[in-house]
Amino acid sequence: MRQIVGLIFLLVLVALLVWGVLVMRDFGDPPSRMDDYMIANAQQETGSNNVVAGVLLDYRGLDTLGEVSVLFTAVTAVLLLFRTLTHQEEGG
Amino acid sequence: MLSKIVRTLANQLILFILVFGLYLIMHGHDSPGGGFQGGAVVASGVVMLLAAFGSGQIVKWLRVRRLAVVACCGGLAFILIALAGTGTSFFYNFLLGTPVFGEVPPPGPGHSHVWSGGIIPVMEIAIGFTVMAGLSAVVLAMARFSGGGEIEE
Amino acid sequence: MEQVVLNFPFVAAVLLVAIAFYIIVFKRNLIKVVMGVAIMSSGINLFLVSLGYRTGGVAPIYTDVPEGPMVLPVPQALTLTNIVIGVAVLALMLTLVVHIYRHTGDIDAKKSRILKG
Repeated sequence: MRQIVGLIFLLVLVALLVWGVLVMRDFGDPPSRMDDYMIANAQQETGSNNVVAGVLLDYRGLDTLGEVSVLFTAVTAVLLLFRTLTHQEEGG
Repeated sequence: MLSKIVRTLANQLILFILVFGLYLIMHGHDSPGGGFQGGAVVASGVVMLLAAFGSGQIVKWLRVRRLAVVACCGGLAFILIALAGTGTSFFYNFLLGTPVFGEVPPPGPGHSHVWSGGIIPVMEIAIGFTVMAGLSAVVLAMARFSGGGEIEE
Repeated sequence: MEQVVLNFPFVAAVLLVAIAFYIIVFKRNLIKVVMGVAIMSSGINLFLVSLGYRTGGVAPIYTDVPEGPMVLPVPQALTLTNIVIGVAVLALMLTLVVHIYRHTGDIDAKKSRILKG
């Protein structure tokens, strides 16, 4: 019984998602005022030939700061949890 | 530990993988690449060595504590360089006219130096260290635990 | 029906999200649930990158670039950040699965829910 209700809900969700994608704008023609400015001026203002690297580290550097802190926190948490597990095996 | 063919091939291939990863990190401002991509390639080289030799052998060369220290140094360098241009704003590109990394490429398509880009290559190196050491430490800790927890460092 | 062919990358990304939703809700093995989260992450990244495509576009890098309009660079930067965050979240989830197996001896989502006292 619960399986059937779950499957019906899933089908409704898939139908909604596919309908939502089909009434979107066409693929291949995005609105782009900010990106036109970045493509035109990134070489002179950041000094690098790679516009994506300039966007990641100069125009949007705060996002990269958040990402490095998320990665560092996750690595610290994983190392902490495995240290607890190794000590538990030896001590217990 | 896998067979002799796999171990010999892993010994020969690790050099090329390391050089390719460091190339991706170093030329991140000139061609496709950057800190995250190059760090992931180097970490995958370490995973290949771990699969070929087993965690008992690799622990003699790579310690988890030293890798954690390298990851901390990378994150600290990122924050310090970001704070160094606080005279104008938080992430200011203060190396842009100086002879250290500061050549501006001519506008339009064409080649450019590796010595261009302001603070972008320096921050890519810092991010590369963090990602390399962080992902290798995670994989090493997981392999050490599941291979036998009697190895002390 | 030609709208499906026109918008096909978006439809493919949404189908990936739907398959991942089925895996997360209906499967009981914890490793399969972690794989479902990874598939949903991939579907969302594909959607984000294909939002910034221009027809006949080239990569937004000025070294040896061929002719043509350049693709938008900002969705590519956002997708890079999202991929790294997905890796971090996946590593933490696998660590928790290892701990659950260590403490309850089973990776079935229904059996490892019982509190032992």
